[in-house]
Amino acid sequence: MTATIEDSPAQAGTVPTFTVTLRILRHLPADDGTAATRWDEFELQVHGTDRVLDALHKVKWEHDGSLTFRRSCAHGVCGSDAMRINGRNRLACKTLLKDLDPSKPITIEPIKGLPVIKDLVVDMEPFFASYREIMPFLITTGNEPTKERLQSAEQRARFDDTTKCILCAACTSSCPVFWTDGQYFGPAAIVNAHRFIFDSRDEGGAQRLEILNDKEGVWRCRTTFNCTEACPRGIEVTKAIQEVKRAMITRVF
Amino acid sequence: MQTHQYDVVIVGAGGAGMRAALESSTRVRTAVISKLYPTRSHTGAAQGGMCAALANVEEDNWEWHTFDTVKGGDYLVDQDAAEVMAKEAIDAVLDLEKMGLPFNRTPEGRIDQRRFGGHTRNHGEAAVRRACYAADRTGHMILQTLYQQCVKNEVEFFNEFYVLDLLVDHDLAAGHVPEGEEVNVSGVVAYELATGEIHVFQAKAVVFATGGAGKIFKTTSNAHTLTGDGMALAYRRGIPLEDMEFFQFHPTGLAGLGILLSEAARGEGGILRNSEGERFMERYAPTIKDLAPRDIVARSMANEVREGRGAGPNKDYVLLDLTHLEPAHIDAKLPDITEFARTYLGIEPYTEPVPVYPTAHYAMGGIPTNIEGEVLRNETDVIKGLYAAGECACVSVHGSNRLGTNSLLDINVFGKRAGRSAAAYAAAAEFVALPDEPAVVAQAELETIRTRPDGERVADIRRALQETMDANAQVFRTAESLSQALADVKALRTRFESVSVQDKSRTFNTDLLEAVELGFLLDIAETVVVGALRREESRGGHFREDFPDRDDAGFMRHTMAYRRPLGSAADGDAEGPFHHVETFDDYQLVLGSKSVTVTRYQPMERKY
Repeated sequence: MTATIEDSPAQAGTVPTFTVTLRILRHLPADDGTAATRWDEFELQVHGTDRVLDALHKVKWEHDGSLTFRRSCAHGVCGSDAMRINGRNRLACKTLLKDLDPSKPITIEPIKGLPVIKDLVVDMEPFFASYREIMPFLITTGNEPTKERLQSAEQRARFDDTTKCILCAACTSSCPVFWTDGQYFGPAAIVNAHRFIFDSRDEGGAQRLEILNDKEGVWRCRTTFNCTEACPRGIEVTKAIQEVKRAMITRVF
Repeated sequence: MQTHQYDVVIVGAGGAGMRAALESSTRVRTAVISKLYPTRSHTGAAQGGMCAALANVEEDNWEWHTFDTVKGGDYLVDQDAAEVMAKEAIDAVLDLEKMGLPFNRTPEGRIDQRRFGGHTRNHGEAAVRRACYAADRTGHMILQTLYQQCVKNEVEFFNEFYVLDLLVDHDLAAGHVPEGEEVNVSGVVAYELATGEIHVFQAKAVVFATGGAGKIFKTTSNAHTLTGDGMALAYRRGIPLEDMEFFQFHPTGLAGLGILLSEAARGEGGILRNSEGERFMERYAPTIKDLAPRDIVARSMANEVREGRGAGPNKDYVLLDLTHLEPAHIDAKLPDITEFARTYLGIEPYTEPVPVYPTAHYAMGGIPTNIEGEVLRNETDVIKGLYAAGECACVSVHGSNRLGTNSLLDINVFGKRAGRSAAAYAAAAEFVALPDEPAVVAQAELETIRTRPDGERVADIRRALQETMDANAQVFRTAESLSQALADVKALRTRFESVSVQDKSRTFNTDLLEAVELGFLLDIAETVVVGALRREESRGGHFREDFPDRDDAGFMRHTMAYRRPLGSAADGDAEGPFHHVETFDDYQLVLGSKSVTVTRYQPMERKY
């Protein structure tokens, strides 16, 4: 009864089936601890509404079951499938193949700056460790109110942008400073600090600013805007980092 | 192999699992095992809101919410549980706000509320503003907020660990255990994805919070990872699954893709139209129209398409019209879903209506529990130390059709209850001895698949399963279509016996895990289809064209699907209108039933 991808109206006649070549950087660890690296190419027939993730699934399900990548929700909200697609960090499930140039091979690599485990899967632990360090939770003192804390619509709007973060690491792993210095907190951790520093209910702003005043903190940011460009949620990441820097100087937040 | 010991082990780190962890981890030694990083869980995809009768913007009370939940579930709801949920909803929302959840606000700075399908004032008079929300990413904010609190409380996570087996001292699937005899949980067996290592977790209490099983269908709003793991693990140990035939099809999936567009779109004023531009819901639900419960809207849409009033070149979808709403209003209240329409269909919702069609969304059924989250092994007996919460559980607060927003509520209210109950139980209980060689069965099954040189491909079997479920067990069902689905599931199960994978490695072998997940999907599908076949009536999300009316005299009971050995006598609890024994290759599915708890509301005709 339900329309399926094959007979979907959206591409009926409008965007035809076409051929793409995926060029995927493989990282194949052996059980003895060694690993081989190579590029594999796959030529695929795809549909107009197909995303890079659909193409990766086609490879895995029809050609090479050993191709390994993370994915879950498949529509850009879970943050599992950040990868380098034609040299840019994107979510595979939010990148339509028709929007890439299909006349050339589409290159797919793991995000940079984090240890590769297998193919497109990297070790996310260093990324989450930075996130945990900035105390990503509401800090309050005194007795809790019986009902909700009040917050005006304007106060709520102040940190709306940074609440959108899905912790996909597209921003952090696009940052040249992070590539060369894995100790740097990275944009995602700062975005999540921003989300609390500018929340009118929070009382931990000063502590977080102290953490980010570290030599591996916000001052490492060189405002290259890679992070803003990479964010699949459209968060103005660089702006958020600048706001944290300003708050550090003015102590107004 | 490694062995661990915890007082409480929680399986799943979505909303229910993390809410449980927040209760349990402050009281007893707790571990959370999750096949994903917690923030990847599908709670994060929930959009529209979480209902609670805060009455922040208009008169409301929890009794009306209870009634709406019962009526929305077409009277198959256990009313004591619905009452608990509606009452505790208020604190559940306030708890989240205190944890820092950034709700949208009223001009006075209170939590704002909006309309949602099936939620009404004074027992159906008109739609009421009851859904508390954070734009159209309420689930995202709930998941993030609960994870933040888990970070704060230093909850111990085992991420990317797959649970393969539930350990109990009596395997109910292996034979008869007399009613009243104690059955105890002793732990779980898990597989560490990164290394391929097996871990045994001995626990006094285990909480299943593993989410749904939408991947039995082809067109679904569910994540690739929603494969019914916890439900299937329970079922394999002979624990019944309740009301599995009730699966919710969300009306507004992006046509052809199944990606969810929140009901909030209609709550904020969006209108469904057919190819003639008609607001067809006026014919099906004259009072609340587009805000009728999901089963009614989904069926109405499918009916419009069947009768030739579908839109598009193939006339196979309807249109969600937001064009009369102010772009600024859309941006403020529905930013994410309008972006989905732009990204995936290239449609601009400010100016063009969006093609939509029902998409498989939510399992109303699951592992039966009481209101404390304890898992039932029949109408009355519990499995000692085993708890379940969230979509994998069936309390039953959703009956035969869940109201929008009540899932986010369910995970918070019953996640909290399950965590609290498990911790209290574990604090007083002793460890139950593990079976000899606790991992041997799970490990052997895994190794058999991993090392089988060649055989059936996972993707082929899974695609065939999803296609037959979409074709035969979706919005409209008949004895004929369901019999076809059952025959197909049986044949696929036989093919699954020779499944093999190409990836033979031990490191991050997702190929192997997809095979394991396919096994779970096949288990779930058989319970859905057998239940649907035997429920010869139409109720909520289950619509039988050959039995189009609700039949309270015959069928106002929950189904209970038990896996039992071939040839075993049916359990005492397997009686009533559904009683049936379905034989598979090496076991039988015994379908029994369980009574519905009715407190205040006698069944009435369900009109909106």
